[in-house]
Amino acid sequence: MNPELLTSLSFFILALLVGFEVISKIPATLHTPMMSGANSIHGVILVGALLLGITADNTIAYILAFFAAAFAAMNVVGGYVVTDRMLGMFRTRPDSSEGKGSK
Amino acid sequence: MHFAESDLVSTATANLSLTWTIVSLIYLAAAAGFVMGLHLMRSPKTARKGNLLSAFGMACAVIATVVMLYLGKDIGDVAFHVTGWAWIAIGSGALVGGLAGLISARKVQMTDMPQLVSIFNAVGGGAAALVAVVDFMTRIRANEAISLQVSIPVGLDILIGTVTFSGSIIAAGKLQGIVSGAPITFFGSRILLLLSAVGGIGGIVWLAASPGYLPLIVVAVAAFAFGILMVLPIGGADMPVVVSLLNAFTGLAVGMAGFVVDNTILIVAGALVGASGSILTKLMADAMNRSIMSIMVGGYGTGDSGAPTGPDASGGAVHVIGAEDVAIQLAYANTVIIVPGYGLAAAQAQRECGELGKLLEAHGVTVSYAIHPVAGRMPGHMNVLLAEADVPYPLLKEMDEINGEFDSCDVALVIGANDVTNPAARRPGNAISGMPILNVDHARSIVVMKRSLGHGYAGLDNELYTDPKTGMFLSDAKKGLSELLQVIGGYFQ
Repeated sequence: MNPELLTSLSFFILALLVGFEVISKIPATLHTPMMSGANSIHGVILVGALLLGITADNTIAYILAFFAAAFAAMNVVGGYVVTDRMLGMFRTRPDSSEGKGSK
Repeated sequence: MHFAESDLVSTATANLSLTWTIVSLIYLAAAAGFVMGLHLMRSPKTARKGNLLSAFGMACAVIATVVMLYLGKDIGDVAFHVTGWAWIAIGSGALVGGLAGLISARKVQMTDMPQLVSIFNAVGGGAAALVAVVDFMTRIRANEAISLQVSIPVGLDILIGTVTFSGSIIAAGKLQGIVSGAPITFFGSRILLLLSAVGGIGGIVWLAASPGYLPLIVVAVAAFAFGILMVLPIGGADMPVVVSLLNAFTGLAVGMAGFVVDNTILIVAGALVGASGSILTKLMADAMNRSIMSIMVGGYGTGDSGAPTGPDASGGAVHVIGAEDVAIQLAYANTVIIVPGYGLAAAQAQRECGELGKLLEAHGVTVSYAIHPVAGRMPGHMNVLLAEADVPYPLLKEMDEINGEFDSCDVALVIGANDVTNPAARRPGNAISGMPILNVDHARSIVVMKRSLGHGYAGLDNELYTDPKTGMFLSDAKKGLSELLQVIGGYFQ
């Protein structure tokens, strides 16, 4: 095993453990936004799509690179925007309509 | 990243390795941002900040990558030549995909959230698979000797990414109702599933033994078929678990892509998502008292659990009541627990529900909401819907927290929830046996608002409906709640 693979493997295992630790503390209330948030994190594949897409030099590779970039960008942009939209709705007390004085 | 280190650095100057150092540090910071962002999601107060932090990390990583690629081109490497078309391909791709993501994220109804998450998941998996394909092509064209260290992650990335892609699309189709929610099996479908699994694994072995395009295509085709055949026989009720599991798969695929291109940020982010997806899948399966394995085997859900017997669904001892009766019960109660289910979401009645809660509260009734872990179409989905309707989240109680309170509650108002309230779950021998349920039948009086007396996803009769304490208010959630608002509003004037 070469040193790079060993480093990569260490990163992978440690990040898995960190992931388990962090996620198990999230309450059920936030599971949908959390799933959506984690979903946007794997949109980081956009970085991979850019790094490899730039090496494309023939028609098939251009097409594949286009789809890789499009898919990844959709994942990343859509994921973060929709998570933010959801989380923006969580409030302790709606400021506009507190129900006071309507009696 | 294989080319920056091995190819570019060797031909170019120390200048690039400095660039690569800076970029690597930015990647590290972005990965830290992802972890801290998830950490902040522990509380609804800080969750939004967490998501923004994560998004900020992502933006930095992407911008740093683009800048590096641009500089890398200027330095003039010889390992490959960057064509204008390559820039056009990734640039226009990112633009089109980004816009599509932005528009769909802005426009989506909160009720359709699970489908959208599934679609984003599909494209993520697809992108991970495509990255591996492009990498592989580049290496083959450069006549590079492909080691196991490359061929195995490439094979796994394509396998997992493609399974996620096709599987998530079918899952989204089922959630949207384009593909039938019933478990779909046909003659030989199990054998085909097995064959595609063998084909996928065999393809990877072949790819490792003699790297080439043919085994690559075998892996991709087998994985594509496997994704479809795996999800088709799973009932609609189990789709959230499938989406969550596929989310974990995408994480792993992205992690594999990280191994392929030797990029830490992909590895770290992929592992994080893999871990989060697996935990969530486990939690959901627990909430339904089923093993992940039995869910993946499928066949459960609408239509496949045999003809339901017992108290018939079409009348029997069911006691039907009207809006006036319900309104009186609610208005003169001390405590009301609202039990929202998918019917509420499907009718887009979360606003009316929130208003009813507010109206009752304003007149001295204690109102809380009992949220089953799998209420809605995703864990926590109901919380999002009620948050959209301005219901303060401290009123939303989780199952364990509220189950003891049904005993002292005057009226339990069930809106469009079915299986999660069925006392049959406490007995062995039926499709939902052992599933944790809300103790709605412990309330002094029960009102079930439902469109018809039909079955829930499990295809079972609900014994709650024939309970003498239960009044059935047969109405669409939106229409019924509006009626209630009107009548109760009249009392309080």
